[in-house]
Amino acid sequence: MSIEVKKLTKIYGSQKALDEVSFSVSKGDILGFLGPNGAGKSTTMKILACFIPQTSGDASMGGLDVKLNSLEVRRIVGYLPENNPLYKDMYIKEYLFYVAKLYQLDNPAAKVRNMIELTGLGREQHKLIGQISKGYRQRVGLAQAMIHNPEILIMDEPTSGLDPNQLTEIRSVIKEIGKEKVVVFSTHIMQEVESLCNRVVIINKGKIVLDDSIDKLQHFSKGSSNIILQFLPTNKINTAHFKKLDAISDITSMGENAFEFNIKGNNDVREALFDLSVAAGYKIIRMEQRIFSMEDVFQQLTGNR
Amino acid sequence: MWTIAFKEASSFFSSLAGFIISGVFLLVMSLMLFFFPDTSILTGNYANMDGLFYMAPTIFTFIIPAITMRFFAEELQNGTMELLATKPISDFKIICGKFIAGLFLICICLIPTIIYFYTVYQLGSPKGNLDIGGIMGSYVGLFFLSATFLSIGIFASSLTHNQVVAFVIGTFLCFICQWFFLYISKIPVFVGKIDYWLQKFGIDYHYTNMSKGVIDLKDVVYFLSVISIFFALTHFVLQRRKW
Repeated sequence: MSIEVKKLTKIYGSQKALDEVSFSVSKGDILGFLGPNGAGKSTTMKILACFIPQTSGDASMGGLDVKLNSLEVRRIVGYLPENNPLYKDMYIKEYLFYVAKLYQLDNPAAKVRNMIELTGLGREQHKLIGQISKGYRQRVGLAQAMIHNPEILIMDEPTSGLDPNQLTEIRSVIKEIGKEKVVVFSTHIMQEVESLCNRVVIINKGKIVLDDSIDKLQHFSKGSSNIILQFLPTNKINTAHFKKLDAISDITSMGENAFEFNIKGNNDVREALFDLSVAAGYKIIRMEQRIFSMEDVFQQLTGNR
Repeated sequence: MWTIAFKEASSFFSSLAGFIISGVFLLVMSLMLFFFPDTSILTGNYANMDGLFYMAPTIFTFIIPAITMRFFAEELQNGTMELLATKPISDFKIICGKFIAGLFLICICLIPTIIYFYTVYQLGSPKGNLDIGGIMGSYVGLFFLSATFLSIGIFASSLTHNQVVAFVIGTFLCFICQWFFLYISKIPVFVGKIDYWLQKFGIDYHYTNMSKGVIDLKDVVYFLSVISIFFALTHFVLQRRKW
């Protein structure tokens, strides 16, 4: 089982939502789909879940084309849409039973029981969906997406609106499923990507800007850092004085006599900067090292910085 | 398909909407047929049920769009359409499922009216002296008429995610299909020329035909074609998201 996406393009009217997006995911992968709002994450997922067709390009799920074999694809895919739409006037059990019947599963009652157990809905199972909290609704959404034991699971922001405890629980559920299935999910939370995924795709303005394994991304982000120095307000700073250091690529003024030093590669220049300052008679009142996080990488790639 | 039909029907009766709709229909009918002197069977001196079959289309014009208004409008409003459309079931079957649920509710409305039939049967002089064939035909006609209204209402519901708008459009379309052609044929320009053909486009003409107790294949074909047209239109509207 795998997902193959080739040159996927989607045009809404005159707006290009997706522009020749290609990636592939194979079994055992948990793919984190990142990107700013409106980047095309949901559009991609809707296409993969057979809700809307692409304008051009191909997408196949487990070897089945989403356009030509739509019904078969829908049978092996579990999909949790954005905002998790549910029938508020149905009971949890009734709803899950309904979904099981829609998938034409054998022994739907047993499947419903399994899902309630897996998602920890036991205590709430007799309630109306409209009456339960957002976290439990999210679990109901997950349960309906997984009830037919799909080979591929697509989730659009599955953890939005959950409290920290629920976050941990849902993440562990996703991680568990990801071991033997293909999981694709979108999120805005970087820590989530770091803790859950082994693959990351960052998409911006309909184009893929990064498609890498999580290890490489972490390595890349940890490799470099910036140093911020702030001097006494009475000091007159000549930034050219610091350019002597090879490791410094760029110096930008941040106002209030503070400067940000861009450091090349994996060098630690704090000591050298201190010595240089002392030599020039500059008095340091603050020194701060900024290590690039996933957020910074994300911001750099999606151009919001 | 049956799963959807069952779910829709049960959600009607779990939210009381189904009881209210069929209750109101039966209440209005009982008032009209047995209490209000102007329309009452008891003061009319004839053992027939014409009153029921004369008034039912008018009431159905309002009641059936009220049944169908939520079918797609609610799914579109809540976003559950995305859920339904990504399940392994075709759009056509979704429409059929909802249609069957609607038919079921219509039957719930119509079956108790057999009591009226029994009453009139007992009151006839001599007892049982009434046009049973005509009444059977009228029931068949009414069934086809409500099925047609249902398909119209479902179509109206698929057009919008606002239930009130769906209701108003549905009522308007039912009215057009039922009476528009009958009334427009009375315009002097058409009278004696194409008025007969115009009337044939309307539901009323075929419904009246069936009320006479004659179930003509032509009328059946007419009703089935109108239903198919609105099914196709609904399917077209649902597929529009794929453009």
